[in-house]
Amino acid sequence: MPSALTVTNLRKSFGAVHAVAGLDLEVPQGTCVGLLGPNGAGKSTTMRMLTGQTRADAGTITALGWQLPRESKQARAQMGVVPQLDNLDVTLSARDNLRIFARLYRVPAGERDAAVARGLEIARLSDRGEALVGALSGGMRRRLLIARALLHGPRLLLLDEPTVGLDPQVRQELWAMISGLRTEGTSILMTTHYIEEAERLADSVTIVAAGTAVDAGPPAELVARHAGVEVREIYGPPARLGEIEAQAQAAGFATRRTGTSIAVLGAEGAGDRLPAGEVRAARLEDVFVKLTGEEVV
Amino acid sequence: MTVAPSEAASRGDESPGRDPARDPSPEGERLRRIEWDAITGVMMREIINFRAAWKQNAFASTVQPVVYLLAFGLGFGQLVDKVDGHDYIDYVSTGTVATAVLFATAFSAMFGSFVKREFQRTYDAILSTPVDVEELVTAEVLWLAVRGGLFGSFPVVVGICFGLDPAWTTVFVPLVAMLTGFGFAASGTLISAVVRSIDDFSYVTSALFTPLFLVAGTFFPLTGLPLSLRIAAELNPLHHCVELVRDCTFGDLDPTDLARVGALLLFAALMWWGAVNRTRKRLIA
Ligand SMILES: Nc1ncnc2c1ncn2[C@@H]1O[C@H](COP(=O)(O)OP(=O)(O)OP(=O)(O)O)[C@@H](O)[C@H]1O
Ligand SMILES: [Mg+2]
Repeated sequence: MPSALTVTNLRKSFGAVHAVAGLDLEVPQGTCVGLLGPNGAGKSTTMRMLTGQTRADAGTITALGWQLPRESKQARAQMGVVPQLDNLDVTLSARDNLRIFARLYRVPAGERDAAVARGLEIARLSDRGEALVGALSGGMRRRLLIARALLHGPRLLLLDEPTVGLDPQVRQELWAMISGLRTEGTSILMTTHYIEEAERLADSVTIVAAGTAVDAGPPAELVARHAGVEVREIYGPPARLGEIEAQAQAAGFATRRTGTSIAVLGAEGAGDRLPAGEVRAARLEDVFVKLTGEEVV
Repeated sequence: MTVAPSEAASRGDESPGRDPARDPSPEGERLRRIEWDAITGVMMREIINFRAAWKQNAFASTVQPVVYLLAFGLGFGQLVDKVDGHDYIDYVSTGTVATAVLFATAFSAMFGSFVKREFQRTYDAILSTPVDVEELVTAEVLWLAVRGGLFGSFPVVVGICFGLDPAWTTVFVPLVAMLTGFGFAASGTLISAVVRSIDDFSYVTSALFTPLFLVAGTFFPLTGLPLSLRIAAELNPLHHCVELVRDCTFGDLDPTDLARVGALLLFAALMWWGAVNRTRKRLIA
């Protein structure tokens, strides 16, 4: 399958901070890839390099067949970008925001009105088109931001934390919308630190930490590879937890502390080698914590 | 201002990016370096904003120069009879065009571009579409030049109301104002991309723009000044604007004016180049 996006050995430092340190990434056409990583892992910096808004120190980027940054303008014409920080024009109406971007994205004159109307529909703001963006709720603004990125029917969509800070209901709505786009054949690269978001939407997940890809693959594969089938949550008084952890690690298991318990990964078939506990299915969250060393917030 | 089609574009290989069914531009016609569509797109944003605030804008850009004009023109007019053979109010109303242009372009560009770049992230949003920094800057400067050129010509209209008898070449005044405005809008953009904080603009205003407009020959002829100041004035684009507007309005155009147009063109080009480069530095790390 051809790639919508291929990134190899991408590097970017800001002074002494190695924001992106040799990242490899691939988005096969028509799939949704999740870039999952803790704060400061370099996700937004990577996204900005994909639109030519940050210059890489080294590495190659091929987006939709264009070589970046040299051909970044051509690539941008076929990409939609939803930035982490809202940059809508708050002093303008929702409709005017879309009208301007329809033009910037070179939607042909005859199709612009229809594209704007469709955008308002996608944002579910058809009846609030004349409202100033400054007067819209956070969820409405996010939807408008996404609708703005879709005006020209992009072939590759870059979503930087599309649902951050939204309530669960709005998040579910946006997930349905993103998953619909993927079904229609749009390639999507999405950063997130919501594990559930990656699990629900991504065909493949790249886990990043400190600017590099630690591992990549379909969520189920990552889980099988790093957390096995079952996880045993062993509860006990704080003093005992350390002991249990040491015991499990000595027996060759990966563990994870979750407040009141020690989670032992890949515990299927451990039998009596581990203290009794609550058994649950291994999940992506376990992999994330194991690979990045960060607890989930 | 176009570049050759890129290698990838001309080698015509089968990359997944070229899907003729969905690719809006036909094969071979690539996005050029400075495209009119990008410029009008960025300008459209300004025009929509302007429609909402044109009254305040028009007020701000015309009232201040008119106040100067009335205060100096009518005030000093009682003391001064004629300057360089013209009624003092005519002399000042033509000279004030340069001041009006300065206010309408340099200041708007300075504050506007800072806010759009740093606070509202508007430029970030625009640069994620197929628009490059040179197009963004060109569009914004061009719009300010047009707006400033039209508003900036207003003092001449006031002068005519007070009895100035315009030569036919007065029709060139808005063009002179636009050309001057382009240079100053670009200067404002350049300054905005160089300063650290928005508070630094007060230094620029008092140390740069105020002297520029005082020794432009707006309110008094420069002929009485020491030679060094007169030479300095020839390096002041506002002075060229003042002289050109006067020569257009009074019908005194001569070959020197061609040199003045050249100087304004050079100023505009240099400032544009600086504005593009410094803005790029600030926006693309
Ligand atoms: N313009 C910049 N100047 C200096 N440092 C920067 C700049 N942009 C990013 N960084 C640094 O690079 C690192 C990676 O930042 P980045 O925004 O890419 O992380 P992220 O993965 O998107 O994090 P988050 O999940 O919090 O959004 C951070 O240490 C950040 O401080
Ligand atoms: Mg980020």
